[in-house]
Amino acid sequence: MTFFAITGLTAGYGQGTVLHGIDIAVEEGDIAVILGANGAGKTTLMRTITGMLRPRGSVQLEGVEIAGRKPHVIARLGIAHVPQGRGTFTDLTVEENLRVGGNRLAENELRSSIARWYDFFPRLGDRADQLAGGMSGGEQQMLAIARALISQPRLLLLDEPSLGLAPKITSEVFGVLTEINAETGITVLVVEQNAKVALAAASKGFVMESGRIIRSGPAASMRDDDEIRRAYLG
Amino acid sequence: MQLLMQQMVDGIAWGSLYGALALTLVLVYRASGIINFAQAEFAMVGAFVAWQFHDWGAPILLAIGAAMVLSFFGGAAAELIFVRPLGRNASHFTLIIITLGLMLVFNNGAGWVWDFSTRSFPEIWSGPVLNIGPAVLSRQAFAIIAAAGIIAVILYVIFQRTRVGLAMRAAVGNPESATLSGIGVANLTTITWGMAAVIGTLVASLAAPQLFLQPNMLFTTLIYAFAAMILGGLNSPPGALVAGIIVGVVENLAGTYIPGIGNDFKQAIALVIIIGVLVVRPQGLFGKKEVARV
Repeated sequence: MTFFAITGLTAGYGQGTVLHGIDIAVEEGDIAVILGANGAGKTTLMRTITGMLRPRGSVQLEGVEIAGRKPHVIARLGIAHVPQGRGTFTDLTVEENLRVGGNRLAENELRSSIARWYDFFPRLGDRADQLAGGMSGGEQQMLAIARALISQPRLLLLDEPSLGLAPKITSEVFGVLTEINAETGITVLVVEQNAKVALAAASKGFVMESGRIIRSGPAASMRDDDEIRRAYLG
Repeated sequence: MQLLMQQMVDGIAWGSLYGALALTLVLVYRASGIINFAQAEFAMVGAFVAWQFHDWGAPILLAIGAAMVLSFFGGAAAELIFVRPLGRNASHFTLIIITLGLMLVFNNGAGWVWDFSTRSFPEIWSGPVLNIGPAVLSRQAFAIIAAAGIIAVILYVIFQRTRVGLAMRAAVGNPESATLSGIGVANLTTITWGMAAVIGTLVASLAAPQLFLQPNMLFTTLIYAFAAMILGGLNSPPGALVAGIIVGVVENLAGTYIPGIGNDFKQAIALVIIIGVLVVRPQGLFGKKEVARV
């Protein structure tokens, strides 16, 4: 059984169809990256997976059908989504952000989970009582990732983590992702325009164009592929 | 001096009432993004229900308490039936018309059930006036101030110290991220409407002995509450309470000391405050300016 499988997924806004029969399979422990230009439908795909858009087709996490369920129910089933623009709660403190992420955990479990992520991101621990909105973009991205992971999800979705970040910070974010993946074994599905840094971190790659997956394969082979190089690596 | 003190004390008492009613408007505004014009009518109906229980023989405190419990379900039901089905992206215009409609329905409904004549409503704490320095304060007015204080403390504890309160703040600040964190934002909105209705019923029941119970009893108060809501910054619960007291004091002092205003023209003060704030400082005294860095 595939860990996370999207089959024939079609979705859109109103009458307009944006996704045309997406098929994606991700194995447990993978870091999979979906590459694509602006407007390819990457964000729509993320929003469809997490239930914010009505889908046709199938989305299964460990054999459980999640397509058609409500967003907060899908979140509780173990899919954490860091939306584009990070989605931090800017008027809550860093610690409150983490508590919101772990709102389903028992109090002692939540505390130890927060302590664990403070160990991992000492900068967050230093700023526990500061408003999240006052932190830098990179720090907010780290906070968004920690908040998503605190509920111990099965699958982490990231929508363009590099958006608005300096190249050095982007590499840092992907470095952190690989580290977390190696340490916890969490499966990660990330959509990115920055193919170079994303493919370096990923084990599996997909290329999306006009709402369709047009290529897929191991990330290593995509890195060396001339066509992808031309289109996305500049 | 004595007159000034007396006007201040009266202003604080009335202002607590405006602030508490403004608070119910703010809670709903934060949760649903709309100004619920029917909020005061919910409160008025709550007071009628309390009166009804009392009329059937319940002690007044018990009657008010029972009406508050029922109000929670009433407020929640109003949201479930009239607001939620329109979805998060419903136009503000539609929602405002709906709340205006509810206002008329509740107002006329109360008149239909209990008729439009004024009724007396028992005080929860009667007896000789309290002396505060050179000024005096009725016990019921003191109860209103105390109730506003207690409401503030309870809300503070809920929002700052409990999980459901944190979830509510998260849902207000960023509904989408809250949903993605597994929070049922729609249900929290419904609960907030219930909470606002409970506070409204308490406030209206405490004000009813002074205002006399009848369907239009809170009409004037609502205008002051709007002024307090806008002065406080639309989305700040403590701002609403503080601004309510400011409005109450200003209204009383202006009515007493500015020639030509007097008791009859006092309501215009509320409108002057509303317009003045919107022109000079639209975010109000305590409204949040965005602090986000991108």
